[in-house]
Amino acid sequence: MHAILALEDNTILHGERFGAKRTVVGEVVFNTSMTGYQEVITDPSYRGQIVTMTTPHIGNVGVNPEDVESDRPQVQALVVREISPTVSNWRAAESLPDYLARHGIPGISEVDTRALTRHIRERGALKAALSTNDMPAAELVALARAWEGLENRDTVREVTCAEPYTWQQGGLHQFQPNAHAPADAHPYHVVAYDFGLKHNILRRLVDHGCRVTVVPATTPAEEVLARAPDGVFLSNGPGDPAGLPYAAAAVKTLLASDLPIFGICLGHQLLGLALGGRTYKLKFGHHGGNQPVRDEATGRVEVTAQNHNYAVDPESLDPGRVHVTHWNLNDHTVEGLRLTDRPVFSVQYHPEASPGPHDADYLFARFVAMMQR
Amino acid sequence: MDTCAAEFGVDTPYLYSSYETESEAAPTDRRKVMILGSGPNRIGQGIEFDYCCVQACWALQDLGYETIMVNCNPETVSTDYDTSDRLYFEPLTLEDVLDIYEAEQPAGVIVQFGGQTPLNLTKPLQAAGVPIWGTAPDAIDLAEDRGRFGALLAELDIPQPANGIAANLAEARQIARQIGYPVLVRPSYVLGGRAMAICYDEAMLESYVAEAVAAAEGRGLLIDQYIEDAFEVDVDAVADGRQVIIGGVMQHIEEAGVHSGDSACVLPPYKISYYHLNTIHEYVRQLGLAPGVRGLMNVQFAIKDDIAYVLEVNPRASRTVPFVSKATGLSLARVAAQIMAGKTLAELGIDTEPKIDGFFVKEAVLPFKKLPGAINTLGPEMRSTGEVMGHAAHFGHAFAKAEMAAGTALPLEGAVLISVNDFDKGSASKIARDFHRMGFQLLATRGTARFLAHAGLPVQAVNKVSQGSPHVIDYVRRGELALIVNTPLGRDAYSDGVALRREAIRYNVPLLTTLSAASAAVAGIRALRQSELKVRSLQEHFGRGTLRTSALESRL
Repeated sequence: MHAILALEDNTILHGERFGAKRTVVGEVVFNTSMTGYQEVITDPSYRGQIVTMTTPHIGNVGVNPEDVESDRPQVQALVVREISPTVSNWRAAESLPDYLARHGIPGISEVDTRALTRHIRERGALKAALSTNDMPAAELVALARAWEGLENRDTVREVTCAEPYTWQQGGLHQFQPNAHAPADAHPYHVVAYDFGLKHNILRRLVDHGCRVTVVPATTPAEEVLARAPDGVFLSNGPGDPAGLPYAAAAVKTLLASDLPIFGICLGHQLLGLALGGRTYKLKFGHHGGNQPVRDEATGRVEVTAQNHNYAVDPESLDPGRVHVTHWNLNDHTVEGLRLTDRPVFSVQYHPEASPGPHDADYLFARFVAMMQR
Repeated sequence: MDTCAAEFGVDTPYLYSSYETESEAAPTDRRKVMILGSGPNRIGQGIEFDYCCVQACWALQDLGYETIMVNCNPETVSTDYDTSDRLYFEPLTLEDVLDIYEAEQPAGVIVQFGGQTPLNLTKPLQAAGVPIWGTAPDAIDLAEDRGRFGALLAELDIPQPANGIAANLAEARQIARQIGYPVLVRPSYVLGGRAMAICYDEAMLESYVAEAVAAAEGRGLLIDQYIEDAFEVDVDAVADGRQVIIGGVMQHIEEAGVHSGDSACVLPPYKISYYHLNTIHEYVRQLGLAPGVRGLMNVQFAIKDDIAYVLEVNPRASRTVPFVSKATGLSLARVAAQIMAGKTLAELGIDTEPKIDGFFVKEAVLPFKKLPGAINTLGPEMRSTGEVMGHAAHFGHAFAKAEMAAGTALPLEGAVLISVNDFDKGSASKIARDFHRMGFQLLATRGTARFLAHAGLPVQAVNKVSQGSPHVIDYVRRGELALIVNTPLGRDAYSDGVALRREAIRYNVPLLTTLSAASAAVAGIRALRQSELKVRSLQEHFGRGTLRTSALESRL
């Protein structure tokens, strides 16, 4: 069955359809992870985006109930070179096309994903429309062009939780990222802002000894402080941090307290904004599992999982108060911040991996150490 | 090859083909040449050809050409990102090579630096309109086609071993009878001596033919007179259509029949008469000029009595080109590449054979110790995984150095086990005498022991394995042997000696399977006992200006 991916610059790619039969619009980006497509698809940070996997063969291990990063697939659509006709993994409960179809998400295969990746690399992330129900290419281009895009928009409201809840589940024992046993006591109470939270962040916090209360993105700082937490966590999430003035304001209020604060990805960008900095859009962002990051304090290079389109402008930060602790070695963008006068730090990348390397898991321990003091 | 999934642009890409929608090759409009390598990494895949490709890349770059390397071996230097200007990481198949040719439109394609694999593409490439640089495809065919080659040799009055092509067992029997046993039998058009066998009698021939006719795919079996007890000589030369310059004449230390990649050889030959050398020179000159060789050529001879038989002519780089080049300081591959780009030997100032200072011994490095259970005898199929070179003023020292470097240093004292076939017993007694004079104890299996005792040598007889313990292998295991000379004869003897050879390899006891190697070892041990080894680097050696150093690039 035929499918079409049309880009705003009139690039038309024809392929085969899988998943749901419908037409969607979104921003087309590429992800370079060689494994972990299920985690990628269910990462809420991909809200509004059509994700192209650069790895040519996708779907071979199916989908299972444990490796989800949220309660549903979050991508607008999926673009792959080849969708595996068979599923071969003992943990698989469902095939990828069936899973996507069940959640109303379309996919396209048999397209030259390397050519598309090179196009995005040259042109930057593009608006696009994908149809698996026979909409003509010209109409798709028009749809893509008419779409409002992600800039200055609040996509977090589409993915955050409606009500606060507590989380107590750790990671699966056999997939712990290090040799240490997960914590058996959970003395630290962390309030986690859900801007589009990945479940594995919660699992890592639990395994490092935290009890977590997850609150909606719009929760005022006062309500968080009223819960008397030992620390506050600012989660990852989709879209443009500039579209979330309420969240930046809440972080600013929290900074006035002495509470340890740890931010990841969008949480890191919101911290930057709360500190008076600016954020800007990268050409095509970082989406993958092999981004090299150097820790300025130790000189150590970590290979990291990343998924973001925006970055904090280092020039906009007060050098007296904010230290850039980590840099990306590919394009020298800011990867980590630390306050000199408060137990507050953040990283642009994903220490919880899922999918990706576990090099940066020590950051959860660092957060816990701050709460110990 | 792109480890970043096209996330970033790359300056030195490893290009490869896929059936997709766009090409990332982006060819330039410079003058360019395409060089075909020798195929994927495996035993028998010579790094020697890699050397030739690298030299050709550098030579052609110096002449202002963009070089395009095509090969699919990640272990080679010619496929390093900074050797050629452009690199296609592709199999050496017609489809892939033609695709690259169409994309790049080079001025020519060089097929003679990658061994037999790219050479086999010559005809189909030419048929597709691809200009082949160097020796013309027809001249390559002349050397490769048995009928045409035989006619050429007859015309030039150059002897070759009697031979024939058989389509079935009856024909094979008839040809072998005509030629006389032993005969060398192989399917036509095989690479690297695979599936080749020496048949000593009709029974062996029959059992071989039963297996091989199927493998020959209807193209027939080649049957050659196998010249026993011959000296084998390899010659590497370079020609420009007007002149033929010999780079080096090498004498094999093993008898003919061992793959050239596995055999130790010495440059210059030390046991070949002036008469034979003159004959060899003249034959090589004629064989280079008659078909119009442009570039490298390799000629193999077997010398028996007063006749130098031509075994084969390869109009391409041989495995010994790097050895000859390093020993003489004249990079044959570099010169060949320059000739293919239109230079003449006269223009390059090369008019005489390079002189050789001292003796250079090439020895094969065999992987048997690392591959327990693998077949461990030498024969027409190549087994070595590396090579080393020993250099000294005297042959003995050069041989000793090469053996040391190959991992089996020659002993200076101890016990030598000698177990040789009946034909070798006469010559073996002379070798045994030399070992005895140098203070070695002599041990021998019963037949050999009787023969040596008869010659008046003090020898202790030892049981063969079949004669019961304590037998030869017990001696190996107890570490009581310093060296073993074991020359099996015929296929059955080869398998009889398998256990002995396996244990010798396991316990790292030097094992010599030919008498010529044994007498070389005697020379080596004698030299070691007389004076210590001296060490000199090749850079020092050529730094003295005694040789033509112009061709020896600083980057060599």
